[in-house]
Amino acid sequence: MIDLVWLIPLLPFIGFLINGLGRNILPKPLIGTIASLAVIGSFAISLSIFLTFDAAQPQVIHLFDWINVGSLSIPFAFQIDQLSIMMLLIITGIGSLIHIYSAGYMSHDAGFGKFFAYLNLFVFFMLLLVMGSNYVIMFIGWEGVGLCSYLLIGFWYSNGAYADAAKKAFIMNRIGDLGFLLGVFLIISTFGSVSFTEIFPKAAGMVSGDATLILITILLFIGATGKSAQLPLFTWLPDAMAGPTPVSALIHAATMVTAGIYMIARSNILFALSPVTLDIIAVVGLLTAVVAAFIALTQTDIKKVLAYSTVSQLGYMFLGLGVGAFTGAFFHVLTHAFFKALLFLGAGSVIHAMSNEQDMRNMGGLRKKLPVTFLTMLIGTIAIAGLPPFAGFFSKDEILAHVYEHNKLLWIIGLFGAFLTAAYMFRMMFLTFWGNFRGTEDQKHHLHESPVSMTFPLIVLAILSMVGGFMGVPHALGGHHWLNEYLGPVLAASNNILPALSLEHATEYMLMGLSVGGVIISIIIAYVKYVSKGYVPKEEELQSGINKLSYNKLYLDELYTAIIQKPLDILSTFFFKVVDKSGIDGLVNGLGKVSIEASKTLRLLQTGNVGFYIFAMVIGIVAVLVYSFIII
Amino acid sequence: MENITSTIQAVPLNHYILLSAIIFTIGVIGVLVRRNAIIIFMSVELMLNAVNLLLAAFSSYSGDASGQVFVFFIMALAAAEVAVGLAIIVMVYRNTSSIDINILNRLKW
Repeated sequence: MIDLVWLIPLLPFIGFLINGLGRNILPKPLIGTIASLAVIGSFAISLSIFLTFDAAQPQVIHLFDWINVGSLSIPFAFQIDQLSIMMLLIITGIGSLIHIYSAGYMSHDAGFGKFFAYLNLFVFFMLLLVMGSNYVIMFIGWEGVGLCSYLLIGFWYSNGAYADAAKKAFIMNRIGDLGFLLGVFLIISTFGSVSFTEIFPKAAGMVSGDATLILITILLFIGATGKSAQLPLFTWLPDAMAGPTPVSALIHAATMVTAGIYMIARSNILFALSPVTLDIIAVVGLLTAVVAAFIALTQTDIKKVLAYSTVSQLGYMFLGLGVGAFTGAFFHVLTHAFFKALLFLGAGSVIHAMSNEQDMRNMGGLRKKLPVTFLTMLIGTIAIAGLPPFAGFFSKDEILAHVYEHNKLLWIIGLFGAFLTAAYMFRMMFLTFWGNFRGTEDQKHHLHESPVSMTFPLIVLAILSMVGGFMGVPHALGGHHWLNEYLGPVLAASNNILPALSLEHATEYMLMGLSVGGVIISIIIAYVKYVSKGYVPKEEELQSGINKLSYNKLYLDELYTAIIQKPLDILSTFFFKVVDKSGIDGLVNGLGKVSIEASKTLRLLQTGNVGFYIFAMVIGIVAVLVYSFIII
Repeated sequence: MENITSTIQAVPLNHYILLSAIIFTIGVIGVLVRRNAIIIFMSVELMLNAVNLLLAAFSSYSGDASGQVFVFFIMALAAAEVAVGLAIIVMVYRNTSSIDINILNRLKW
């Protein structure tokens, strides 16, 4: 079965070709079917590989030699191990569900064929990213998903703001990509190879805290901050909600934004040997988690709340990576993929029912009109808030337990962020589904539950959000943490270096109790405020006091405008007006003027007098003769 | 052939060079100072033939016939050139009723 691994990325690529070329010819149902089948096919192959794979060593499937320069050889090869298999399942599994959902969600859109072509292309690149057996193939996928993200954010490109959001996402990603690229160059010069199976054993023999390794890992982490939306590069992700909702679910919640975490988990040995970088990652992740949660508290756009919640959860994943909890961080990637895809698709269903209304202040009381959406979203919300036994509880608590052991201060802040998570998520639920309907009569009349193609993925994801956590039940709760054992071979080298979690079971119970208790209190506060008192945020209240800071996203966009865009503008104006206009243009125009003036004078020599010409000729010949016979 | 060579070699080479230089200088001065197109033309021929003379002399002194062959070519070329040149002068005369080259000064700037 493992020989068929090349089919996994190829199927979505074929789907992309068919849909891309036939987008104006093929009927809509056929396009949707081809696109979905391509991804489902990949999912089936991934699943069968998952079921049969039992090698302790990563399997490298060599397809062909790609680049051979001097001693550097970059093969085009795929690497199959436990880590990539889990990612394959997430990408193709959730990808399939979202393709099915999109067939319903996008059914009225004129760009139906284009949408599915892009979506298939995205899946292709994402699969390349996780399957590549070296950093260069990973980089192809890395850039490819960035491109597809750009294309899909700007899918409704006739809206100028959406096109700007797409450009913003692309440019901010480029900043991170540069770091990643430099990191890869440094890896090539240090290890003389880019293949994982050659680099990691070499790296394992190096001393902890090696300066080169620290530089490499910091550069790689800069790449991850761009792709995975961490401080200071996270502001593109909320704007990326301009894309269609299934895109937000697939790319900007479940898969692409976790590429940074995948990359760090893949290079875990490099990071485990760079404690400085790990500390930086932990602090950046924690800051991002809390800042994004704080901003999410006052957002009124349902998708913006989810976007900031994604940024915040990604921050938790990085916090987990930073304290050495690679399994915990990856566990959170998996569970987050379930419940965040669910929440986005649910939000899409709400937006669909509300005739493209996204402001929660105009919603309310949708509980009875959209029962399936409501129930599934409630499950997703409980899962992200971290109530047992839903998925988010296990993964978030594993991360927090590692943080507690690593540093108590980080743990307190992280726990506070978890309470904020519960608060803003339930605020969203209460505003949307409880209370009275606040929209227009027209919208009220039009309210309807979404079609089966949209509710089916919701139900599947809701089930996954409920049971997904059981793949990592900690020992304290009587489980044996299946995921930790499964990922063991991939993380073995770093687990030897990093200290294992050695908390007493009693301490773990205390941590769980604290977080569950705090989460429940947050939910109650949100309930009292938004349901019992029926509070609906008003524009003027959002613009005062601490709300103002949160509502305006901490003025980060304005800050970036002031410290980066403005100076760049001034610099470009300087180069345009002074260097280009007067410098370079002046030089070129000056040369032109000099030759015009010179020829104006010189042409007067052409008197028309034949005698003068002959005389000049003779003088010339004499001069040539004198030069060649006397001077030389 | 033997005869001609010895006849030519009866005069020292320096005399040929001197004669050619004098004829050539006369040609140059003629071209520079005269205004009559036909005279200028003749002066040009004078220069050509000064060179021809020199070629023939050098050729026989160095015992290589190719210089003299070259002279024939120059003569043939000069004849063709005269045909064209005289035709131009005839046309100039027809148009301006004069062959003074200073009249031909309208092609300028």
